[in-house]
This record gives sequence, C-alpha cells and structure tokens, in this order.
Amino acid sequence: MENTENLTIGNKLTDPHLWVAKYADYLYTYAVSRLNDEEIAKDLVQETFLAALERIDKFEGNSSEKTWLTAILKYKVIDVYRKRSKSLGKQIKISEEEDKEEDFFYPDQGNWKLEHWPLQMGIEEPDAFISGEFTDILQKCMKKLPGLWLAVFTMKHMDEEETSVICKELKVTSSNFWVIIHRAKVNLRSCLQKNWI
Amino acid sequence: MKASEIKKIAYNCRKATFLIEKQQLAPITIREKLELKIHLAGCSICRTFMQQSIAINKMVHHLFQSSVRRDLKLDERFKEEMEDKIREKLDKN
Repeated sequence: MENTENLTIGNKLTDPHLWVAKYADYLYTYAVSRLNDEEIAKDLVQETFLAALERIDKFEGNSSEKTWLTAILKYKVIDVYRKRSKSLGKQIKISEEEDKEEDFFYPDQGNWKLEHWPLQMGIEEPDAFISGEFTDILQKCMKKLPGLWLAVFTMKHMDEEETSVICKELKVTSSNFWVIIHRAKVNLRSCLQKNWI
Repeated sequence: MKASEIKKIAYNCRKATFLIEKQQLAPITIREKLELKIHLAGCSICRTFMQQSIAINKMVHHLFQSSVRRDLKLDERFKEEMEDKIREKLDKN
C-alpha cells in the first residue's frame, strides 16, 4: 500500500525534449528579474537545462519538475551574485566599508552628520504616489551599491531568502549580514536623496 | 535602564537606524524595541529615515513583482538551439 501512496505523491519528470517549450520563458523571467541582464539570463537558462540532464537520475520527485529546475537555476543566480561581489577587485572587507559609513554618522555618539540628515522626499506617507522617475533613480542607485551589498540586499528583499541561507551562500557571518543590510539602506537612501531633491 | 544608557541610545542614530533595518526583516528584542522607541520619540530625523526606509522596501518589492509579472519571452532561435543541445545530450547518453 505504501508504494502506491508514494507513486501518487511523487512527481514524475516529463520528457526533457519538452522542457524548453514548457519552462524556458518562465526560467528566463526568473533570471532576468533577479539579475537585470538578459544575456546572462539566457546563458543561465541553457546551463540549467544541461545541468538538469546530468543529474536527472537524482530527481526524487519530492518537488515538481518546475520547482526542481528553478532550484538549479537559483544556485546559478547566486553564483552570479557571488562573482559580482568579488569582481570589484579585492573582496570588500567590512573594515574598508566602515570608513565609508563614517561619512554618515559622527563616530563618537553615532548621530547623523548635518550634511547627511535625511530630508523629506515626498515618499514618506504610506499612500504617497511614487513616480516612474523615482523608481528609475532607485534602480540606478541600487546598481551603485558594492556587489556584495547588492547581492545580500537582493536576496533578502527580492527573494525573501532565509538569512541563514544568504550567509552560507555569500559567506558572510550573521553579524556582518545585519551590518551590510543597514549600510546598504543608508547608502541607498542617501543616493536617492542626492538624485531626487 | 540607567539614565546614562537612555542618553546613549537617545543620541545614537547609527544604532537606531540599524534597529530600524533589522526590525523590518527579523524580530528584535524587547530591550531593543524600547531603545528604539525612546530614540524615535526624540529624533525626527530618524523618524523620517524610518518612513523612507519602509517606503524603499515597498518599492523594491514592487519593482521585483512587476519584473516577474512581465512574463518575458526568450527568442525562438535561442530556444531551438537549446532544444538541439538537449537532444544532442540525450542521444549521447
């Protein structure tokens, strides 16, 4: 009896010849929305299918075929994040980033420096209208963040990934994780203010 | 809490903004909540920061959702090429 139960619960793979028709657009959208790069996204979709073929015997049917393929792609996306966070020359160390942050707060008591005081931008009210222009600036400002910060920020805010997973994949400690989340936001907000007001 | 500790958090915008960020993504301790409350009661700059931070998170979320909803299509030629590669690989095995 147990066997029949397994059969009904377990998912089966369809013919890989059909994968492209069934999943290529979905996977492509997944990758583009996370990487903002259509060329890299195309390559990752292809790599995902080829990697899936290699481990087809490891597919256990615990998830649907689509979920399984997406999981493979997800790790490929994280690999890109990882590469991006390193491509700024040396891997950024927190101590170097600390210098940057001193710009915003006085080192002794930690209050805002006058020139960095957050000013009203017209986005404060919960029902404020956000123009397309503002969103464009937001995207540009995000791209200016250091690679590792953007990777942490994207994984947390866009993918709503577990903190422990992000720490493991990007090799940051949990305390550094929160430091990065904080600095990314302080920098992002400041960039918005500079370019908007 | 001692008066000296209250004074410390009352002026520390770095710590307050750190807690503002953390609170949006994870639970913070009761003590931290209290510290943040004390700080925000006296600091309008950090209140503005908090409103903006919440707004930015919402915008980022929205940005992501709209890019997912766009339903992009890969070009047909690239799809055919991928199908060829899959076929090739299947034939080899």
